[in-house]
Amino acid sequence: MTTPGLTSRRVSELGLGVLAVIIAAFGYLLVQLSQTPDVPPDLWVIFAGVLGLFVLAHFAVRRLAPNADPVLLPLAALLNGLGFVTVARLDPGLGRVQAVWTAVSIVAFILTLALVKRIRTLERYRYTFLFFGMLALLLPLAPGIGKTINGARLWVGIGPVNFQPGEAAKVLLVLFFAAYLVDKRELLASGRRRLGRLRLPEVRHLGPLLLTWGVSILIMVRETDLGQAMLIFALCVVMLYVATDRASYLVVGLFLFLAASAVAYQLFVHVQTRVVTWIDPFRYANDKGYQLVQGLFGFAAGGFAGTGLGLGSPKQIPNVATDFIFSAIGEELGLIGTVAILIAILLFVGAGLRIAMRSERPFSKLFATGLTAIVGLQSFIIIGGVTRTIPLTGVTLPFISYGGSSLLANWVIVALLLRISDDNARGSPARRSQIAARAP
Amino acid sequence: MNPAIRKVGIGLTVLILVLVAQLSYLQIFDANSLKHNPHNTRSLLSNANRPRGDIVTADGTVVAHSVPVSDGTAFKYLREYPTSELFSQVVGYQSFIFGDTGVEKTYDTDLTGQSLQLQLHNLGGLLSGASTAGTAVLSLRDDTQRAAQAALGFQRGSVVLLNVQTGQILAMYSNPSYDPNPLASHNTQTAQNDFTSLSQNPDQPNLPRAYRERYPPGSSFKTVTASVALEDGVATPQSTYSARNQLTLPQTANTLKNFGGETCGGTLIESFTVSCNSTFGQIGLALGDQFVPGMAKFGIGEAPPLDASPGAVASVGPAAGSFQNNQPSFAFAGIGQGDVAVTPLEMALVADGIANGGVIMTPHVVSEIRDSNDKLVRRISPSPWMTATTPQVAAAVTQMMINVVNGPGGTGSAARISGVTVAGKTGTAQTTTNVAPDAWFIAFAPAQAPKYAVAVLVEHGGSEGSEATGGAVAAPIAARMLRVALGLP
Repeated sequence: MTTPGLTSRRVSELGLGVLAVIIAAFGYLLVQLSQTPDVPPDLWVIFAGVLGLFVLAHFAVRRLAPNADPVLLPLAALLNGLGFVTVARLDPGLGRVQAVWTAVSIVAFILTLALVKRIRTLERYRYTFLFFGMLALLLPLAPGIGKTINGARLWVGIGPVNFQPGEAAKVLLVLFFAAYLVDKRELLASGRRRLGRLRLPEVRHLGPLLLTWGVSILIMVRETDLGQAMLIFALCVVMLYVATDRASYLVVGLFLFLAASAVAYQLFVHVQTRVVTWIDPFRYANDKGYQLVQGLFGFAAGGFAGTGLGLGSPKQIPNVATDFIFSAIGEELGLIGTVAILIAILLFVGAGLRIAMRSERPFSKLFATGLTAIVGLQSFIIIGGVTRTIPLTGVTLPFISYGGSSLLANWVIVALLLRISDDNARGSPARRSQIAARAP
Repeated sequence: MNPAIRKVGIGLTVLILVLVAQLSYLQIFDANSLKHNPHNTRSLLSNANRPRGDIVTADGTVVAHSVPVSDGTAFKYLREYPTSELFSQVVGYQSFIFGDTGVEKTYDTDLTGQSLQLQLHNLGGLLSGASTAGTAVLSLRDDTQRAAQAALGFQRGSVVLLNVQTGQILAMYSNPSYDPNPLASHNTQTAQNDFTSLSQNPDQPNLPRAYRERYPPGSSFKTVTASVALEDGVATPQSTYSARNQLTLPQTANTLKNFGGETCGGTLIESFTVSCNSTFGQIGLALGDQFVPGMAKFGIGEAPPLDASPGAVASVGPAAGSFQNNQPSFAFAGIGQGDVAVTPLEMALVADGIANGGVIMTPHVVSEIRDSNDKLVRRISPSPWMTATTPQVAAAVTQMMINVVNGPGGTGSAARISGVTVAGKTGTAQTTTNVAPDAWFIAFAPAQAPKYAVAVLVEHGGSEGSEATGGAVAAPIAARMLRVALGLP
């Protein structure tokens, strides 16, 4: 016997997920039909594989987090599916690799749910996570294993496998911030000094913020990864704000960000390049602004309804499968497609923050907020960059861009959010009574 | 913490709405200006990457086709022109740097399957997966085009051969010509170098002289002068003109001399047969301002609607209403000199008008569009372009043209074909002083029931140099073209 709430949540998840799988399979069919007239013989294999992966994840959630939120998993499946279709359309070889990474990520998702039985167990190992987080951030700088690809030193290569430890670092650092801030939030919120209406924090309490700021600058300078630096710093500021409810941290954070940006602009050519190509990309249309300009042409070519999957020429854009994948989607699926993805991201963010707000324990609240902010902010940084809303800084588009490390990290985020969500349901008195009623 | 989390939610929502706004701007409001940005090669590329149909001659020779390539560029197909320079001035080329020209451009939507007719036609086959690209079938034939090239040989000039009833062009070649293959190259440097060297070549091999260059037609224009005079009642075939060796002109000290200083005259028929300048100078003066609308009915002053991009240029004559102030120009116009300058295509259309009972047909280089299974999609149906004159006048001028080729003393005897009556008119046109004249011949055959009309121009006398006449240099080429068209040895 099952409780009605329990069943309906998982039934919704299954229904929405199957819908997401059908959308992805239909997209894959369209891509194949645009290249060859025949229905691809492997369509059923792909369809069964994608459906199988989703159903596997779904049953894992049923078993391991039965009371968790029902929309996160289908949303992740939808974004991952559309991403796979787009990557496979751009480069069938990369598509196969992405398919493998998707499978690996689902396994990681299930393992995370299985290993992390209670979110509070993670709270205990905060400094271990800080250590591994910082290590992961700085690992690409290590001689021997660090690798520079496309001008950014973000990679670690061991044998034939390259990965970006920075993707894992984000999750680890958010975990550390959450645990640390929960401890120190009274202290951090207790500033006495005032500047107008703002209450300024004590300088000594700014330690973690300044430390993150320093590490971000180091990443920016040594790894030339502006997007990652910006993301980590923004996450730190957002979580400080949520922990203390002090808007002054947002102001101080913004000030520190602007100061670092101004100095970096003076000192580093690669920062200047991002800014000048943002202000007038067409002036550099044949050299440093080429990629951005080609991306903008892609959006324009797509227009409202898009050229149709497989019928545009997104390969005009260099590195289109990673940072610029959103331009390819804009070209072939049009404004309808890009807005649909933004809506999916917005729903994901909404679901994540709802989980945060429903948590009873401060650590869970902060952790869920941080994890959600990773997806939301990272999406904004890269989509804003390729649409020339903000200067372009290379980060991956969560779930959609080609890249195993990023996909894996994002699926772990979904698993952790579902774990928190399930904790919430188990933790609330109403739920507890439901669960008790379920016992034989 | 919840109020702060809610504010974070609001903040992230605002950021996403900003992105929606920016995307709407890029994809809707600014899309058109981005599409036309000079750096944007996307529309060219997407066009270049559609499968593109063949261009074939009426007798089945492939003159343009696309081969799939993976040469490291963004292009999926390379356009090849197996016949090199033979058809380039009609077929043109597909170039992602310089744009398309010729049939490649005019029939682009048919070749790529984007035309409405092909799209409707292909609806049934949408799921069967047949290629949607259309094939353009030229009205030009490989044998006639080769004959034109061979007949001109090393001489600079043009040949235009067309079907009298349909206006379909069977041959249109001018020498020198060019190989379009390097221009279609995916190697930017190759294409650029070739384009530069063609542009700087003083012989202008990439100029389709047959329909984009104007020449004085000389005496071949007497067909027009005679037609206008007969139709306007200024002359009859039996009108007589006094024998003289030159014509004194009003308003000038210049005189209009007969060819070689000889004395000629007599009836209109006799004057036409021996191509007597003094007679036609007088007719030009007698026509006066009526001459301009008369020659306009033959298409002078208007570009023929040729279906090879960028189209034909218009031929020109004296300005309307200018007779009062510029009478000598009308005398010279009577013999196809002075202000008259025409394309070889236009002279072929003049011959067509006479041959076709006064009606000039719209010239075409493409006759039909077929789908990838060789099924007919669209026929470019014949349509009249201009009514040049009446059937009676056309018959009278035809008789005079028969005399030119077959009559005693006719200047076009070199155009005779045994067993077929040829009607023709010679022209030997002065261009600039101290340069050998251009040799012309326009003709059609069989004279009684005309099937094919031809215009031949050989610049600066060709191999005969200053001794050249239309009868000696151009007439044999015209005869050869008519023989090939009629299937005679």
